[in-house]
Parts: sequence; structure tokens; C-alpha cells
Amino acid sequence: MKLTVNGVIHEVDVSDDMPLLWVLRDELGIVGPKYGCGIAMCGACTVHIDGVATRSCVLPVSAVRGEVTTIEGLGTPDALHAVQQAWIDTQVAQCGYCQSGQILSAAALLAGNPAPTDADIDRAMSGNLCRCGAYPRIRQAIRIAAEKLAGTG
Amino acid sequence: MGRLKTITRRSLLIGSAAIAGGVVIGYWRYKTPYENPLLTELEAGETALTPYVKIDQNGITVIAPRAEMGQGVHTTLAALVAEELDVTLEQVRVEHGPASKAYFNGAAFEEGIPYPATDAGRLAENLRAFTQVPAKFLGMQITGGSSSTPDAYLKMRKAGAAARSALVAAAAEKWETSTDKLSTGAGFVYAGDGQRIAYTELAPLAANVELPDDPPLKDRADWKLLGRSLPRVDMIAKCTGNAEYSIDVRLPDMRYATVRMNPGLGGKLNSYDASAAKAMRGVERIIEVDGGVAVVASNSWYAFRAANAIQFDWGEAPYPATTAEHFAAAERAFGGNPDSRLRDDGDVGAALQDGADVETEYRVPYLAHATMEPLNAVAWFRDGRLDIWAGNQNPTQATKDSAALADIDAENVHVHTTLMGGGFGRRQETDFILSAVRVAKAMPGIPIKMTWSREEDMSHDAYRPLAIARLRARVAAGRPTAMELSLSSPSPIESQLSRIGLAIPGPDISIVQAAWDQPYAIDHYRVSGYRPRVMIPLTSWRSVGASQNGFFHESAIDEIAHAAGADPLQMRLDLMTHEPSRRVLEAVAELSNWGSSLPAGVGRGVAFVLSFGVPVAEVIEVVDTPSGIKILNAFAAVDVGIALDPRNIEAQVHSGLNFGLAAAMLGEITIDKGRVQQRNFNSYDSIRMSQAPPVKVRILENGEKIRGIGEPATPPAAPALANAIFAATGRRIRELPLRKHINFQ
Repeated sequence: MKLTVNGVIHEVDVSDDMPLLWVLRDELGIVGPKYGCGIAMCGACTVHIDGVATRSCVLPVSAVRGEVTTIEGLGTPDALHAVQQAWIDTQVAQCGYCQSGQILSAAALLAGNPAPTDADIDRAMSGNLCRCGAYPRIRQAIRIAAEKLAGTG
Repeated sequence: MGRLKTITRRSLLIGSAAIAGGVVIGYWRYKTPYENPLLTELEAGETALTPYVKIDQNGITVIAPRAEMGQGVHTTLAALVAEELDVTLEQVRVEHGPASKAYFNGAAFEEGIPYPATDAGRLAENLRAFTQVPAKFLGMQITGGSSSTPDAYLKMRKAGAAARSALVAAAAEKWETSTDKLSTGAGFVYAGDGQRIAYTELAPLAANVELPDDPPLKDRADWKLLGRSLPRVDMIAKCTGNAEYSIDVRLPDMRYATVRMNPGLGGKLNSYDASAAKAMRGVERIIEVDGGVAVVASNSWYAFRAANAIQFDWGEAPYPATTAEHFAAAERAFGGNPDSRLRDDGDVGAALQDGADVETEYRVPYLAHATMEPLNAVAWFRDGRLDIWAGNQNPTQATKDSAALADIDAENVHVHTTLMGGGFGRRQETDFILSAVRVAKAMPGIPIKMTWSREEDMSHDAYRPLAIARLRARVAAGRPTAMELSLSSPSPIESQLSRIGLAIPGPDISIVQAAWDQPYAIDHYRVSGYRPRVMIPLTSWRSVGASQNGFFHESAIDEIAHAAGADPLQMRLDLMTHEPSRRVLEAVAELSNWGSSLPAGVGRGVAFVLSFGVPVAEVIEVVDTPSGIKILNAFAAVDVGIALDPRNIEAQVHSGLNFGLAAAMLGEITIDKGRVQQRNFNSYDSIRMSQAPPVKVRILENGEKIRGIGEPATPPAAPALANAIFAATGRRIRELPLRKHINFQ
């Protein structure tokens, strides 16, 4: 089957029910999306499908409809997405393992809601676990990115 | 060969200065350092000026030989070297480097001595210095015990200064001038006339220069990097998906494996039927391993799926079948002799013989580490050489255990320590690495990535012990006159040592850690430890014994204050004997506006815990709502002696505090039919964005010496929260997790 990831079309030959996460990681070598729980409880595997934050660990690859964007496709060290830039400016990451998922959830939130309230942030981000407890800076970085994207930052 | 020999001699001289630097506080001086491990792996054109500095034409590499698990250690350790080497942090590449005894952690055992951290007397200091001796001879390159920064503070600056001195001497020789006419800056040596030469160009010459034994260090006033908030060296990679954890390592023709082990931890595998699994897509091999079965496939998910299809007949677990029986064992231990009684001031027996004003019991459960990155390792066994890629906290032990398992010499084992998606103590164990080595040994020539499923990870942890505390206290005139705290918990140290074939040589001080050694003056004050047998595997869990004893001791102090009719913060100040500790309490009082009036339903709780030498005071503010308790704010004041990187220290306080809150609110591992019942985040949840409070942090520097901050912010979180809930609701909860007794929003 065909799969578009970060603008590149891939042909993959796997079981229909293989979750997208494992196609990305073990078949295509795109390892930014992380394995954390396998049951959509931690959000480390979050990717965008046509811009919608999606847990790739429970989505069968055969059910993917649309273009997949992973952290590698959101922005690169030379061309950072505003959310990645805010994360770096705020020095959010500690162990960093959950951060691909956190950043993609935050980017999807801001794309649909440029001025989120604290309650909006809670709703959008509570599916993403961070065992390092970097939450205060994640919230701060989302606010900074929102201001930047709105042109007021 | 001539050059290599010269480098060896040189690096020994420089290494001598570097390693002796770690022990100048004691009477013991090391004559013979370990060999510089970089020398055996040097590529053409590279020069290793100390075990910490490698230079070639393309740049400078600093070895930061402690594992980066989120605590920012690579940045801080690299800054220690860079400061004295006189380079910017952007100019250096930071690597963990090879596993080597040369990188032993000299400070790792300090917390285990029977002197409180606040005792800077000669006996205590001598014993602390003496712990460097077994640390050196065991040669354990261990990351833990909040010890990386104190261990590195002198020796890595000395390493940078020694390398700089060699480079300056080389430039002086080249320019036929004296070293005092030269200066350095940003990776260059400068002559007075404006002429300059890059370190990268000088390095081969520097290898031939004699060095002073003990290079001088900069004054603190001249620091350019230390004492400032630096951008972390791993930040951009971690925000762009480019950071490589061992779970991300890819090798040619690699296969993906997983393992199923007896859910009765340590129990046998009687038999299994893998006929269905064998026939499943992607499956290549089914291999019986110690106590379980590994599945090797072309994709991790195929391996997971096939492992689920295997039928197992497991042997019984070698310990009692239920949590209740484990707690009963801890209760029975109170009837035996104490394991330790390190504090016994006054005459507690006489003071409490007519009864106690406060008499109660507290309990905490077993806990899992639940690192975000499930346990994994990559192993590749070929031509008698074993390469291992693993995020791990103890690469020298991983080398030793893997060599024994593969039946090869340790020098043929190469452990590549990657970034870790969390450690919290779990990754100092080697079981997950050995599970990869077993499969690699059975499939020589093929790189194997072994990934434990989250379920396997959570149900096969080495856990934080459960524990019970019993309190008896008398109060008078607004303060305690007598306090007896008895603590019973199976020993994580005994469990750890048993796995490397050693018996525990004496009491396990972690059972009473952060309870016996708190800087409070109470006339009659006794803390005793009791040690039931180890039942399930145990190990260090962020802040170790302080993780439970902070809750016990500081809940007790709060109850005593209530019984005495005293303000809990003021009473702590009245009892305090240690000035830096008093100052953190005063700081948190100011930060939190302690004593100001609060709306109905809102309560504040305070806790103070000194662990790993760091006094930490935290205040938590909660509100009681119809849908449950909500944490409104958190405040923390810490004293690390010398704050090398304030922004990173603040991050570690956020982290430690949230880690403590998560466990206090939610964390519980239970056992039934000999099996751990929690298998994933749906039954072992952690704190989430909507529950995590804003945190205000103040960093003080009144302490006697430099300290590490990876753990000390964790212990006060649970008691501060429980004390806040008491203040808001009048309910005193004496058992964790709190959710068993009260709802959270």
C-alpha cells in the first residue's frame, strides 16, 4: 500500500492491521514518533494526519486517509516550526522522549485555535504524558508560540 | 607508534591531575589513575588530552561520562570542562564516551554513610572521602544519587584546565616564547601581538608537553559559562526528532525482538506452545531465554503480536501472592531487631512511657519507574565482539554482566550509552540489556533490537519498595518533646546487591534515609529502621528512601504541629538546627505568601526534606471542589550550594516536584496471584497537564558545598500535598496514593 509521509510517497508491504507507528519506525526508519504505551494513553506516538493530531500506535496503517506529518516533517533544525522554536527558546525538553508528541499536539492545537485559554491547553495536551513533568514549560512555550503565530510576539 | 606512546604517557600525567582532583578533600591520594580509555579508540588525527577532552582537526569533543536521562547533565558537565578549557559550549561536541572504570563516580556512595549531610566535621568528611576508595576500585561508572555534579565539579574543571595548559605550552614552544605571554579564548591561543592559533591545530603538539601536576582553576568571578543558564546541548535535537535513544538505533539487517518473562517475577518457565506464533507473519525465530521466551521478527509489532499468541505454563512466583501479605511481612519486621537506629537523642523510652499525644501509622505502596521510553537495547554479537547500544545508568556493570553472559572478555564488549527516555533509577539495572544479549548470542552476526512492550516493562520492573511508618510523639508548649519514628521496608540495596552476587554488608541506610538525618532538634528523638525480607525485585527510584520517608517524616511533623497548636511552618523553623535549611523554609514562606488569608476551601501545606545534601522546602496550595481536589500552585526553595545552571536547576525542581506529586496522587503497584497487576498507563497513570500546577522556584546558595538536584525536589511533594489537603478539608490521609481516599480533578 501507499503512504505519504512528510511529503514523500512510500510503498509499504505489511499486515493491514499494523499500527502506523510501527510502519513509520521499523519499516520506513522515521523514528521521531515514539513508542510509549501502544494503547493511545501517552501520546508519544502523535503524528498529524492532514493536520489532525493522531495517535499512530493504535491506527491501523490500512485506515490512514491523508498525508502523514511527523516531527521530522514539521520543521528541521534549519527551518524550525514556530512551536519548535518556542520549545527551544523555553528550554522545554528534559529527557525529550515525549516531546515529538507534545510538539505535534501543540502545533495542531494552535493551528485550530490561535489563542488558546489554559482550559483549551489542558484539553488538548492532557493526552500527552511527560514523566519528567516538564508541564510548566510546555504551557509557557505554547503561549509564546501562540503570540508568535499571531504576530504579537 | 612513537606518538601513541607519548600520548599515553602524557595522558597519564594529565589524568593523574584530573582524578586526584576528586579527592583533595580527603587524606587519600591516588597514585595510579585508570588508563585513559579514549586512547584505544582514537582515530587518525585525533588527540586525547585527558579522559575528557578529545581534539582533532575538525573540532573538540568533551566526554561527559554520565548518562543523560533528562537531568541536563551533558550540558552541565561539558560546561565544567569548557569553562577551564576556554572554549564556548557551541564549539564542543558532547559525547557520553565509552564505558570505563576511569569514569568511576567517586561521589555515588556519599549518601550511604552514617553521618548526616549537614555534618561537616572531620570524622564525617574523612568517611566521605574514604567512600571514594571503594568507588574507585569498584570502578562503577554510575549515574545516580544526584552525584554527577558534585563528583565532576573539581575533576572535570581540572581536566579542562590541564588540557588548556598543554595547549598553551605547545603554542609557547611553537612560537618560542613563554607561556605567561600567551592567553586563550574561544578555542584559540593568542600571542601578545594578536597572532593566534586554533586548539585543533595545536593538539598534536600538545601531546608532547610536560604539565603541572595540579593546574590552577579560574576564580568564580571569572566564569563565563558556569553560574549561567546555558542552552542545553541536546535541546534542538530533542525538539526536531533527531535525538537518538537506543530504541531509535538502526543497524544493517537488524531484526526486532521482544520478550515474555514469567509474570511471577523470578519464577520459572515450565513449558510453552509457540506453534501459532511461529506461523505468524514476520516472525523469524522463537528463542527460549532465561525465565521466558523471545520472539524475533522483521518488525517490533510483529514480534509483539506473536508474543501475545504464545501459550505459557509459568512456575510459581517465589514470594507471597498478594500485596496484603507483603505489607504483613513489613508489619512483622517491627517485632524483630532494628536494622538501624542512627538517631536516638535523649531518652525516648522514658519520654513516651506514659503514652503519646500522637500515635499513628502511614503506608506507601510499591511503585514502578515507568520511564517514557520502554526498556530496550540493541545488541550485535559478531566475531567474538559484542556491541551494545542502550540508554543505561551503569555501563561498566552492563559490560561486566554482558561479558559473563556472552562468555567473552570484557574488553570485547563495547557499550554505547545513548540518550535515555527517562531513567529514574531503572536503567542502572542490566536485565533489559541482558535480554538483548541473550538473543544476539543465539543469532550471531545479526544486530538485534530488543524492545520490551510497555506491559512487560511495567510488570517486570525492579520496584520502589512498599513501606510502613509508625509514629509516637508527645507535644508541649507548641512543639514536640518526643518523637519516635519506626520505619519498615524491604531493602532496595539488598535486592540490588543480590543481583550482582553480593550480600548486604550492614544496615540499609536508605530505609531511614531523609528521616534519621533531618536537621530538627527534638529533645527525645529516635528513628529506627526495620528490614523485612526482599520479596519482589527492588531498586533505586528517584530519591530512593527519601521518596517514602519524606512523606512519613513530614506528615508526622505536620500532625505534631497540629496537635501542638502550632503553625506548621513556624514550628519547623523553631526546630531547625541548620542555617541553609532555615533559609529555604523562610524563602518558601515568602514565595508562597505563607500565613496570608485564603478563600474557603483552599488550603496550603508545607514540607521540608533534606536529601542528597540539598535542603528543599515546598508549599502546595489546593482547593477542594465538588469534582475533587485541584492543585492550584506549588512553590519550592532549594539550596544546591553552588548553582551552575539556574534554568536547568529550575527544570529539575519542576520535574522532581511533579514526579513526587504523580506518585502521591496516583502511583500504586499491587500484587495478586503473584503477579503485578498494573501493566500500562491506563492502570498506572501519571500526572497530566490539566493536573500539574504552576511552580515557582527559588534557588539559594548558602550550602556548604556543591550538590546535585536530580532527586531532592521529589521527597517533599507528597507530604506538602497531603498537608495541603488536610488544611483544605480537615482530612488527614496517611496512605498513598491519595486517590484511594480522595478524588482529584
